[in-house]
Amino acid sequence: MNWLTPQVLAVFVAMAQALAILLGAVLLGAAMTVVERRLLGLWQDRYGPNRVGPFGSLQLIADMLKIFFKEDWIPPFADRTLFLLAPAIAMASLLLSFIVIPFTPALHVADWNIGLLFFLAMGGINVYSVLLGGWSSGNKYALLGAMRSSAQTISYEVFMGLALMGVVAMAGSFNLREIVNAQEGLWFIIPQFLGFCTFIIAGFAVVHRHPFDQPEAEQELADGYHVEYSSMKFGMFFIGEYVGMVLVSALTVTLFFGGWHGPLLPPIVWFALKTGFFLVLFILVRASLPRPRYDRVMSFGWKVCLPLTLLNLMVTGAAILLTTPE
Amino acid sequence: MSVASPSSDTLKTGPDTVVEALKQRFEERIVLEQATLTGWPVIWVARDALTEVLAFLRDKSQAFEMLYDLSAVDERLRSHRRGLPEADFTVFYHLMSLSRNRDVILKVALHEADLALPSIVSLYPNANWYEREVWDMFGITFEGHPHLTRILMPPTWKGHPLRKDHHARATEFDPYTLTVEGQDREQQALKFDPEAWGMKRRHDDSEFMFLNLGPNHPSAHGAFRLVLQLDGEEIIDCVPDIGYHHRGAEKMAERQSWHSFIPYTDRIDYTGGVMNNLPYVLAVEKLAGITVTKRAETIRVMMAEMFRITSHLLFLGTYLQDLGAMTPVFFTFTDRQKGYEVIEAITGFRMHPAWYRIGGVAHDLPKGWEKLVKGFLDWMPKRLREYERAMMENAIVRERTRHIAAHDTTEALAWGITGPNLRATGLDFDLRKQRPYSGYENFDFEIPLGHNGDAFDRGQVRIEEMRQSLRIIQQCLDHMPAGDYKADHPLTTPPPRERMLQHIETLITHFLQVSWGPVLKPNESMQMIEATKGINSYYLTSDGNTMSYRTRIRTPSFPHLQHIPALMRGGFVPDLIAHLGSIDFVMADVDR
Repeated sequence: MNWLTPQVLAVFVAMAQALAILLGAVLLGAAMTVVERRLLGLWQDRYGPNRVGPFGSLQLIADMLKIFFKEDWIPPFADRTLFLLAPAIAMASLLLSFIVIPFTPALHVADWNIGLLFFLAMGGINVYSVLLGGWSSGNKYALLGAMRSSAQTISYEVFMGLALMGVVAMAGSFNLREIVNAQEGLWFIIPQFLGFCTFIIAGFAVVHRHPFDQPEAEQELADGYHVEYSSMKFGMFFIGEYVGMVLVSALTVTLFFGGWHGPLLPPIVWFALKTGFFLVLFILVRASLPRPRYDRVMSFGWKVCLPLTLLNLMVTGAAILLTTPE
Repeated sequence: MSVASPSSDTLKTGPDTVVEALKQRFEERIVLEQATLTGWPVIWVARDALTEVLAFLRDKSQAFEMLYDLSAVDERLRSHRRGLPEADFTVFYHLMSLSRNRDVILKVALHEADLALPSIVSLYPNANWYEREVWDMFGITFEGHPHLTRILMPPTWKGHPLRKDHHARATEFDPYTLTVEGQDREQQALKFDPEAWGMKRRHDDSEFMFLNLGPNHPSAHGAFRLVLQLDGEEIIDCVPDIGYHHRGAEKMAERQSWHSFIPYTDRIDYTGGVMNNLPYVLAVEKLAGITVTKRAETIRVMMAEMFRITSHLLFLGTYLQDLGAMTPVFFTFTDRQKGYEVIEAITGFRMHPAWYRIGGVAHDLPKGWEKLVKGFLDWMPKRLREYERAMMENAIVRERTRHIAAHDTTEALAWGITGPNLRATGLDFDLRKQRPYSGYENFDFEIPLGHNGDAFDRGQVRIEEMRQSLRIIQQCLDHMPAGDYKADHPLTTPPPRERMLQHIETLITHFLQVSWGPVLKPNESMQMIEATKGINSYYLTSDGNTMSYRTRIRTPSFPHLQHIPALMRGGFVPDLIAHLGSIDFVMADVDR
């Protein structure tokens, strides 16, 4: 057994952790589809899916079976390569972002110094899934959805990055582990409240959840960019959206709510509880708000959110300069 | 604009200056004044004088601002038309003056060899669709019409369905077949051709997108198709395409007894339930000369207002859903369910009870109805308040609907807009107040008005209308008269059962009236009511038979959809969706 050196063991542990996080993220994303429907049911005075298994707990399995066995149709008028590529990008770019998130002091995939930048890069790549999916479908509704999506995501990614710079400045690092450690005394939600507000708004916009679901806008574009997708290709867009929700929630917790920090309970539980809170918030917002018009969404981003993030960044910078000893 | 409110007596019998004015001005070109039970002067006009007469009537001195209805009758098989001008076809124009609360109906006689009339689109813009419908249904051409094509029937249809020689039933022609070529032909015929509508495909160096919104689209509220000419998301122009829900209700009326047509009326505005029965049975009762008991009238009012509430609740839920709020529709459907529990207990059915009868209603109120109605009255007010607070006061809802698809009263009248959509512009015109029917004059309620005539006001007015309907129902509950639920009249259908149990003669009479249905004297009558979506009326022509000779169903949603392009040019796709949600239409009410 001389090949089982500590280094090899470390590789195995890292692989196991990576696998666990991958599976966890995908399964949680998939489970969120059911959780969302049950919660919406609760808030809308109805049951939601409660027939498959006790309290509808096996609904997920039924849905998965169904979606795998649906006809996998590629429209003859679609651009085949891009049409196939789009859902893969949707799923992969969001899953890859989980690499940089430290769930507990021990559980993580990569401890990179470029952590936050990597997430922003992946967020940038994610736009292409909607853009390519909508454009390659050869459908006018999908095209309008893709057009809205590219406009919206570009607007919101600008200040999403800027919103996080306050956190980076305070922690003095792009490394997410160090950002969490910097919050041991005080969560960044307090000094970085403006940054938090704009980040969560941009987060909704980037994963295009309601009320920023302009690319889909069922009542207007009849599901927009993925209207031509069926079976598991649609499933990847669909689960991808929920994975995105989990990702944004996990990042919010990491950046503003002290990550795994918390009294009494083990770190992983604290992380899960905080993330769960934001997941429920995503669903609650969907249940309660109407959808603004998309040009208003744009102007809100540029005229309100962007100035706010800049202000936040400048105030943070000034405060750091003033408090740092010479 | 204020509206005179004469009592219902002067409305029916009082002297009408319009006839005198017309006779003075046009002399022998006014052919005849026909006596009918419509309640309005019916004047036959020579064809060459039509445009002049209409222009004169629309003018300020006469102020007939609205073309309320325009349709035709195939007179060729009509046997009782003594004293009327010779005609194979008659086209009638129903004009309304809302400022003077007066109507007038003009008729023009046409002969088979020369079925043509001048188009009046330049005088009344909403004549456009009505003239297309007359061409589609009767084959009468309108010279100068901008786009005289089929509107309700498929473009490939042969013949004109409301002509008396066109078959009425599937068994009267060959079985339907559809070959691959036939299918291709049909689909090709549905393909939109921008040039045919005078639209450009390109503008400068950019190409317009032509987008089919519908006939299957989540926000089209039924089988409704709108072809949008888009520059980005801006709507340059649009063309509504209706007829996908056409069932030929007016043709069916010519093959159903007076009694057995009642269930068809339920399905005209399918969210309006028994509200649809009301104008029909009232018009039939005018022909039959039946006076309904106070109890029957009050029951009818109560159930009609129940349906106004359930229809408005459906409107409210879908209107907010079209704005992207997913939750309210579940709440309004819960309320609707509460309403349907009452409706079901009283009528035995939910959406389409077909419960009104010629001379009354189908049966008396069941034991314990007061408790059910009271439960509903207690439930609703706090829910309406909640909708206002959660949604109508919401900034996003306001931003999506304020000043969207707004129009003023003058424009509304020119396009034939009625009902809450008209009142949202601030005009106080509600038939329940201005021309009371079925005892509405005995109730104490207010008419909610808007100011801006935009998508927001159209929603807000309807919430307020529900409150007023609750008030009316409360008064029905408090003051329900005792007495019979059916009129004691030989033409009441089905006749009261006690009348058949006397001897063989009464049994035979009963049997004939139930199997053949009542025979009504030849005449014409019409009744307008303030239905859920606007003014709905039935114009019945009896030829002394067990069936109607011609039933014209004027529905509010038809002109409301015609108005869409005028409002939406320059708007965005989301504005169009907000406007569609705020109109409150169902396609069955448009296509009939």
